Amino acid sequence: MEDLIMTALEEYISTKILKQPGRKIGTDEALISSGMIDSFSLVDLALFVEDKFNVRIDDAELNAQTFNNLNELAALIESRQKK
Amino acid sequence: MTTLSERLYAIQTRSPEQVAIYLQDARRPDLAITYHQLIRGGYAFSRTYLRERIMPGEVIILILQHGDDLIYSFWGAVLIGAIPSIMPFLTEKLSPEKYRSDLAALISITKPAAIVTYPEFETEIQLALKPGDSVRKVIVTNNREPESEPDLTLLAGLVRAPEDIALLQHSSGTTGLQKGVALSHRAIFNQLNAASVALALTPEDVTVSWLPLYHDMGLIAGFLMPLLSGNTLVLNSPFDWVRAPHRLLQAVSQYKGTLTWLPNFAYNFCAQKIRERHLEGVDLSSWRAVINCSEPVHWESHHAFYERFKAYGLKLEALQASYAMAENVFGVTQSDLSRPPRVEEIDREVFMTHRIACPPLDGHKVLKVMSSGRPLLNTHIRILDEFNKDVPNGKVGEIVLQSDCMLTGYYNRPDATEKALFDGWFLTGDYGYVSNGEVFVSGRKKDMIIVGGRNVYPQDLESLSYEVPGVHAGRSVAFGLFNPEAGTEDVVLIAEVNSEDEVEQQQIADKIREHVTRNSAVALRYVKVVDPKWILKTSSGKTARAANKEKFLKELENQ
Repeated sequence: MEDLIMTALEEYISTKILKQPGRKIGTDEALISSGMIDSFSLVDLALFVEDKFNVRIDDAELNAQTFNNLNELAALIESRQKK
Repeated sequence: MTTLSERLYAIQTRSPEQVAIYLQDARRPDLAITYHQLIRGGYAFSRTYLRERIMPGEVIILILQHGDDLIYSFWGAVLIGAIPSIMPFLTEKLSPEKYRSDLAALISITKPAAIVTYPEFETEIQLALKPGDSVRKVIVTNNREPESEPDLTLLAGLVRAPEDIALLQHSSGTTGLQKGVALSHRAIFNQLNAASVALALTPEDVTVSWLPLYHDMGLIAGFLMPLLSGNTLVLNSPFDWVRAPHRLLQAVSQYKGTLTWLPNFAYNFCAQKIRERHLEGVDLSSWRAVINCSEPVHWESHHAFYERFKAYGLKLEALQASYAMAENVFGVTQSDLSRPPRVEEIDREVFMTHRIACPPLDGHKVLKVMSSGRPLLNTHIRILDEFNKDVPNGKVGEIVLQSDCMLTGYYNRPDATEKALFDGWFLTGDYGYVSNGEVFVSGRKKDMIIVGGRNVYPQDLESLSYEVPGVHAGRSVAFGLFNPEAGTEDVVLIAEVNSEDEVEQQQIADKIREHVTRNSAVALRYVKVVDPKWILKTSSGKTARAANKEKFLKELENQ
């Protein structure tokens, strides 16, 4: 399940945010603290996650402490889906 | 003629209990600061500065996050006649080393007597200091004097002359931090008076802002204008807004906000990214002017914003435009608040090839451009060609201005000041034309990129890319590319590398992205690694940014 989530996230980030379709993103590669995802794109990512996986992400959670890589974001999504 | 301290003191004497600022923070309830409290909070810093023997006319750099400490330390400096200057705070994304070197550059030119910061950030500041620096003291916020009723005899800010420098205003980046715009009390009040007329400002106006205070639009329109006019300001932080843009609309609704300034991209950002669930019960009917300013204005952005929020009481004529710059304190032009800004339909081809705005010829494509309004009453505009001769209406040239609210100079930079002026006129570096007395801004003479209202110098980004192994000095180019969906420019950086190995090229591209972002806080949208000789140079060996941009666009189209 987490693999499917991560594939979808990777595709969204590489295509829509980085504009490099097909670019691979390591599951533990830093997304926010590295500057790969800037603050303007964070809301886009949250909107994508909410629509795609039907979970809520609070705006206070949009920071590197809550999730900074695909692993952490996928885990966050899965934990919300189980509720 | 008055000064900042005298005006603030007069307002607090007249209406001490009126709320000056509702300070918003996503982590806690709104904090109401009255005018009386604003003086008390500021005075605690004033006494701290006096304790450290800071003299009138000396510069104090404020390195604090958006919040009450920043507000009080600013007014505390003003009240003793010192010159405050706000520097952006270090964010988690920015590298501390780069921040330190930027700060050192700022110190070497601005020569501040003190820096104010948090105790946990003091070590960071100390690392940027060198023996023999002008900085005599790093003041930490928890070591300030307690609040008390002000002793007016201690406040040298109340006896400043109108021509004394009131504050310094920097734009960001290495280049920007080395050019502090020095503004006098007289210039600031002349600007506020002219802007008040254009905006028909009344005591009942409520300004709602999330703009950073280190930026001219945030500092003047979103801070000093409401406070020095005795109005109420609702102040949110840029960090909270970018994660939750709906907070702006909720604040307007809750506090019956009337005035807001936004960079163009924010109209798109709000229109695209706000959830229906965050708009329940929101009423925007009090909003009488939402003013588009600090980056090129686009009617499409107004249209998208209006369509998205008209069901919540937003009035069409509330969407307005202005052209502004720190060197004129803030506003240069303002659109007429009684109707939406004029949108001209001009001939696209004639405009692109001859730089003349005229009605469309038969069969030609139409370009719709939005006016930024008329010059403020105290500001005169001319449009000059490359020989500094006035051009006729409709013809594009460089916008130059003269007013009674111009900068005193770039602080400690007579060289830069002299370069920016021609015969008493300030050369804005922006291109535009005048039609029916209204100014249409069409581009820039300098290669500066504007991302989300923030000025970015391409040479700063290029220099950073040279620090990445595999990239050689003089072999990268950065430029902005307008993104209609975002309503602002995307930053593109192209670098030549010797490696033809795709994996290695990708690694270098990643490193460039990370290094440039961490050292400039500018996100690169496109990073393109190319083979040697891709980048076009001028005959004198300089990087031709416009030509490279065209080449990049052609390749993008052919993909």
